[in-house]
Amino acid sequence: METLNDNRLIVSASPHVRSQETVASIMWTVVAALIPAVLFSIWQFGVKAALVYAFCIGGAVGCEYAIQKLRGVEVTIDDGSAFLTGLLMAMCLPPGLPWFMCLFGAVMAIAVAKHTMGGLGYNVFNPAHVGRAALLASWPVAMTSWTTMPSVLDGVTSATPLGILKQQGFEQVVAVFGNSGNLLQAMFFGTRNGSIGETSTVLLLLGGLFLIYRGIINWHVPVSMIGTVGILAFFISGQGVTGALFHMMAGGLVIGAFFMATDMVTIPITVKGQVIFGVGAGLLVMLIRTVGGYPEGVCYSILLMNCVTPMIDRFVQPKRFGVGGERA
Amino acid sequence: MFKSFRGGIHPQDQKQYSRDKAIETMPVPAKLVLPLRQHIGAPAEAIVAVGEQVKKGQCIAKSTGFVSSPVHAPTSGKIAAIAVQPHPVFGTSMAIVLEADGEDAWQEGVLVERDWRSLSNSDLLEIIRNAGIVGLGGAAFPTHVKLNPPPDKKIDTLIINGAECEPYLTADHRVMLEWPDKMIEGIEIALKLLGLNEAVIGIEKNKADAVAFLEKKCQGKPIKVAALETKYPQGAEKMLIRAITGREVPSGGLPADVGVIVQNVGTLAAVSDAVSHGKPLIERVVTVSGGLVKEPKNILVRLGTSFAQAVEWCGGLTGKAAKIVMGGPMMGMAQAGLEVPIVKGTSGILALAKSDIGGGKERGCIRCGRCVEVCPMGLAPYLFAIWGQRDNVEAAVKEGHLLDCAECGSCVYVCPAKRNLVHYIKLLKAKNAAKRK
Repeated sequence: METLNDNRLIVSASPHVRSQETVASIMWTVVAALIPAVLFSIWQFGVKAALVYAFCIGGAVGCEYAIQKLRGVEVTIDDGSAFLTGLLMAMCLPPGLPWFMCLFGAVMAIAVAKHTMGGLGYNVFNPAHVGRAALLASWPVAMTSWTTMPSVLDGVTSATPLGILKQQGFEQVVAVFGNSGNLLQAMFFGTRNGSIGETSTVLLLLGGLFLIYRGIINWHVPVSMIGTVGILAFFISGQGVTGALFHMMAGGLVIGAFFMATDMVTIPITVKGQVIFGVGAGLLVMLIRTVGGYPEGVCYSILLMNCVTPMIDRFVQPKRFGVGGERA
Repeated sequence: MFKSFRGGIHPQDQKQYSRDKAIETMPVPAKLVLPLRQHIGAPAEAIVAVGEQVKKGQCIAKSTGFVSSPVHAPTSGKIAAIAVQPHPVFGTSMAIVLEADGEDAWQEGVLVERDWRSLSNSDLLEIIRNAGIVGLGGAAFPTHVKLNPPPDKKIDTLIINGAECEPYLTADHRVMLEWPDKMIEGIEIALKLLGLNEAVIGIEKNKADAVAFLEKKCQGKPIKVAALETKYPQGAEKMLIRAITGREVPSGGLPADVGVIVQNVGTLAAVSDAVSHGKPLIERVVTVSGGLVKEPKNILVRLGTSFAQAVEWCGGLTGKAAKIVMGGPMMGMAQAGLEVPIVKGTSGILALAKSDIGGGKERGCIRCGRCVEVCPMGLAPYLFAIWGQRDNVEAAVKEGHLLDCAECGSCVYVCPAKRNLVHYIKLLKAKNAAKRK
């Protein structure tokens, strides 16, 4: 098409007009939606966080470039997907993670999770979460070492709220923040410890709502996933509404539900299937947080639901027109 | 709430180019090319010889079966050739080439004034059949067949398709505004043929003037106007029936299976011309538009006029065209050049620049699900590309319900990876048809 410089016409199948949206515009819009949370995290954790971002994104994009060169296929780093994978992975890592670990995670995400499957669109698992899971398995200590935040923020300790909950119980979480009101406020605005990009619920929420408004993602996955966690926490945390709100804002749930569980490639294609995915992921999150060995389970819950996505797609199919009689 | 259906898309309607342009009659060109296949069904058979003089309205190719349609001379002149000629749908086809003599003289006895009320149904059907009338919305299915449903199908609703959901096209819009009496008479004739008491005209609400105008015009007549949501493909028969009646034509079925017959507005105006005045189908309204046409217009043009002549009459092109399309941009056919004739199914001629067509390089599917969301037939279009590439016709038909697809193109329109799903669907359908033979 591009090589036509004479008067020949393009003769191709209909339709002859297309929407403006491209894969690249989708990916870069998601990146844009994350920028407020990214800026907040750099202000919160300083240069340590910036370095993690740089190594993760650089590693992911560089790895994609190298692999596509080696595979002899078109280099598509301009589509933003590798950039987004690196960015999302960085946001799920503790600040101050050594550079070589960042690069290792990026290579696991891009080379193993994405390109061994055939590249963008073919991967079964969310690449950013594969990178994180590989790092957690390889360097469990480094991956759970939470550096204290700079002194611009008061009232925080070196452990994450979910970490304290796992080891010392909910009373201790509340005690650290003074009272439950302060705790929820800190969880909402982000003045708490945690992975680089997961702390500020409000900024992630804004980014997520922006994506829903722009039609990039639909609301079904985040609402079903976070809603499931909230309902379960209300009944089993023993803390009622406070427990529900705490669990809904804790750990990587908000970033996971809005930005990873909405990764089009690795979730069911129908809205109904996506709701099943969201509810299933929410159940697994609470299972891991309350019964499992880890304080947090968003990463694994999404990876586990990625496994059943092909099966969901097989059984949950769109309602065909003209089958099953009249619909008013 | 406006009436609608599930799925669909909202492309820019691009009707601003020609919506306010009154139908303009284009002069008869010196040469007309009249393909013997201008309809669905068996091709017509030439009944004139090269060198023969013919008059306007004279039948020059006869119908060869029940589902077939004759061709008439759009003007008077000499038969210059009967040979293979370019065709906008089939690439090439046998055609009669007519050199106009400039007299534009009607054949004796063709034009007759008749009162349709005094004619029997079989006479009416015969007139419609002999006038060569086919569906002018684009599909070109012989109208006498559609207006004569098998007796075992109980028809209770006649729907008039004035949705015109394709971007750019305004021919039907102009017919509704300028020829309402002809169209209404055509509707009354169709009601008589079907033995019904009421018809509904479905019009997208982006043609609010036509909705209001026809509501007034139809007062006291057995015709209602339904304003429909502006959404593509609102004018697809199955979607139109769903929107207006709530009924779903069953998979593999026809509108008659749910008691409905759908007719295009222009077709019914042609029915009125034929029945009341004896005029066979020798001309039609065509929208000539697109970003590159100097003066976009709705033209009343003789069949057989070339695209080039029609475009020239609209001031020519202002730049290099990337695509020339017959019909609308969603379901129309891309042409290899302008030297093709206007046929009975030509609702529009579009000259589109590269910036009009959008698109870009085809990338891998990212499973975003946009195609599933918009598919009005409730299919999963992304799978057809995979089955197409793997040549898996059986899975496409059995698991994907390939034959439900009407190729509306909504999936391709929204695809961010710019996948040519309709291309694969057409390919799979062709392979499936070949396999069955």
